[in-house]
Amino acid sequence: MKKFLIAILLAPVLAFASGVELHLDHAPDRSGDKAALQNGAKIFVNYCLNCHSASYMRYSRLKDIGLTEQQIKDNLLFTADKVGEPMSVAMRRAEAKQWFGVAPPDLTIIARARSSEFGSGADWLYTYLRTFYRDESRPTGWNNKVFANVGMPHVLWELQGEQIMGEDHELTLAKPGKLKPEAYDDTVADLVGFLQYMGEPVAETRKSLGWIVLLFLGVLLVLTYALKREYWKDVH
Amino acid sequence: MSGHLKSLLGWVDERFPLTANWKAHLSEYYAPKNFNFWYFFGSLALLVLVLQIVTGIFLVMHFKPDASLNAAGVPVAFASVEYIMRDVPWGWLIRYMHSTGASAFFIVVYMHMFRGMLYGSYRKPRELVWIFGMLIFLCLMAEAFFGYLLPWGQMSYWGAQVIVNLFSAIPFVGPDLSLWIRGDYVVGDATLNRFFAFHVIAVPLVLLGLVAAHILALHEVGSNNPDGIEIKKKKNAQGIPLDGIPFHPYYTVKDIVGVVVFLMVFTVIVFFTPEVGGYFLEYNNFFPANPLQTPPHIAPVWYFTPFYSILRAVTYPLFGIDAKFWGVVAMGASTLIFAFLPWLDRSPVKSIRYRGPIYKTFLAAFVICFFILGYLGVLPPTPARTLVSQICSVIYFAFFLLMPVYSRIDKCKPEPDRVTSSSHGVHK
Amino acid sequence: MSSDEKVDCGRRRLLVATAAMGGLGGVAAAVPFVASMLPSERAKSAGAPVEVDISKLASGQMMTVEWRGKPVWIINRTKEQLASLQTTDSKVSDPHSEKKMQPDYCKNETRSLKPEILVAVGICTHLGCSPSEKFKTGAESGVAPDWAGGFVCPCHGSTFDMAGRVYKSKPAPDNLEIPPHMYLGDTRIVIGEDKNGGTA
Repeated sequence: MKKFLIAILLAPVLAFASGVELHLDHAPDRSGDKAALQNGAKIFVNYCLNCHSASYMRYSRLKDIGLTEQQIKDNLLFTADKVGEPMSVAMRRAEAKQWFGVAPPDLTIIARARSSEFGSGADWLYTYLRTFYRDESRPTGWNNKVFANVGMPHVLWELQGEQIMGEDHELTLAKPGKLKPEAYDDTVADLVGFLQYMGEPVAETRKSLGWIVLLFLGVLLVLTYALKREYWKDVH
Repeated sequence: MSGHLKSLLGWVDERFPLTANWKAHLSEYYAPKNFNFWYFFGSLALLVLVLQIVTGIFLVMHFKPDASLNAAGVPVAFASVEYIMRDVPWGWLIRYMHSTGASAFFIVVYMHMFRGMLYGSYRKPRELVWIFGMLIFLCLMAEAFFGYLLPWGQMSYWGAQVIVNLFSAIPFVGPDLSLWIRGDYVVGDATLNRFFAFHVIAVPLVLLGLVAAHILALHEVGSNNPDGIEIKKKKNAQGIPLDGIPFHPYYTVKDIVGVVVFLMVFTVIVFFTPEVGGYFLEYNNFFPANPLQTPPHIAPVWYFTPFYSILRAVTYPLFGIDAKFWGVVAMGASTLIFAFLPWLDRSPVKSIRYRGPIYKTFLAAFVICFFILGYLGVLPPTPARTLVSQICSVIYFAFFLLMPVYSRIDKCKPEPDRVTSSSHGVHK
Repeated sequence: MSSDEKVDCGRRRLLVATAAMGGLGGVAAAVPFVASMLPSERAKSAGAPVEVDISKLASGQMMTVEWRGKPVWIINRTKEQLASLQTTDSKVSDPHSEKKMQPDYCKNETRSLKPEILVAVGICTHLGCSPSEKFKTGAESGVAPDWAGGFVCPCHGSTFDMAGRVYKSKPAPDNLEIPPHMYLGDTRIVIGEDKNGGTA
């Protein structure tokens, strides 16, 4: 009996996963910052939409983050004619598969898909976009610490510069880019903030509504409980 | 009631047992007056069923069960779910209510079943209520399994692939059976469409019928109560049980409070954390199904994990048939064995309040093992974890299989003649 | 149950208050479900205004574009076709476009913004077939010797003149619908949106 109890109490120890452990940096929270999200949208359209689609996201939805329809049309509408259309990709899928081996995945909900026990999807993306390093053995010349042997080249290399992997498995900046490391991190944070927003544009509305519903139910609880007590007075 | 309403009601009553049923099942159905916390979950289960059906109907207006790829290279079914989340007005809310409702259904039903185990609600004369309940539980598992394929994400696809392949472990007929279930060599569009038909039409109809049967069977013999004594044994001059109160208005008004509390918890999840850390909406399911890429770790949704653990715990072949098959048998047995409780339990008393220490220990061990098995089920297997699941599986089955013995030798306390109001009430 | 008047009143008040609150909650809960049946963003996007370039539309020619799944005709009417409208005034059932089948800025003799260019939805107002064009006049048209040019619907024989006005005693009750539209410069028309900000 005692052995059983000890075994049971030690069971939580088995919780530690035997799989690949990921150490993810924490992505700064840009969720309330409309300016940051707009910057993120700009980076996304300029760097990512060439290969990746965001086919569930309509350009017109960007009004959520404070852009007007005219601003969207003037600055961001590259892969569609009308602002109500989805953010499809510039490249054709078949060609993408040929050039990269695998078609670049749609990014609309990537921030939700990359969540894990090691961190949120935003954390994963934030770390991923900052841990590319030179690797001549790869067809693109790049590898990544979070996503080993990824087919994607370091699209933002001009901004970050080139990192190399040392003997100690740590990355160092061998060639600086246009942005200093803090500015690059900031830029990536904006982009990741946008990806997080794009993953679920209704998130902020959802939470505000939740408070209202909860409040209503709280009042209803008081009333229904009083009603119950009133009726149950008769029961002894 | 106004004169006109009364005569309308009279007209209906002459042609349809409306008032008769209202009386039999509500205003003159006498339920024990000592129902406690554990007695909320039956009405909550009915609420969640209605919720799932209503949200389900509105989801089906926009969902497309089509595994082919659209112009953006995304499976149409998967894209239609994101369409609901973004383009359909309030679609996101309906979707989250349905996904939360699915998990809520299992929480509520497990609590409801546990009440039965606490108070011996499955004992004679309520065996049939329990059997209908078990059939409802099986249908619920089928419903959840069929429904989970529909969003056509990575977990949907691979989870279905694994479970359908389990059937191929059955000797002789296995592979053909799997082919017949799938409608193709691998899980594909054919599978998606038929699972849609099962999930939306077939199983809900069966569920509704079983729920009706479950309630009718209960009302035929009357409800049990936390003391496990039969209130019909002590009636007054009018034939009404002394410890009975009419379901309406007392339990209708009490259950409404339960509903409001449930809705508050439901609201917190739906509006603030619909994913619940990846347990209610699994992260990997936000990737569209990819038949060419197996995820590193396939696990069923949390509510199946205790039984899945038991399946994985069987690692030895027997009689020349491999462990995979016996795992399936063990998993099936672990679900079906509940149905035998009315005949395994030989205790002279029904309720845990009057049982002895042996039963209480076994029940506590059973519950702990159920949780451990559930937890291990979400994790990838390791030799140490497999050993623990094997130990827990043995305890799990021992709870049932040894019950005819220990329930008889257990030292019970005398039952009261009249119900008591709480577990701290006076037991004479 | 209780015959005590005081308790009964209190109980009734509480019951009414709770029921009212619950009813409110029920209505509020119904709103998302009912609203979910309204046109989705995808439907609204597909139904968005359409821009048409009419620089190549010669006099006497007609082009057809799609808007909200319906054919919309754009006709560059000749002087004769415009003149014919006076002769058909007495033959059509609603010569002054009293019924609201067009925006206010098209409630005129030519039913258009620019006199020559007619923009009309090419769907018969009877049961929804698409009429055929019969611009040839007179006996040559095969319609009637005094046919002034216009449209004939093959399904039940309704006829329309060069401003889309329906002839008397025909199955179709109304003139052809003129959608809201506006000009961007001289050669571009936006169908589905107009200067007043109105959309269909």
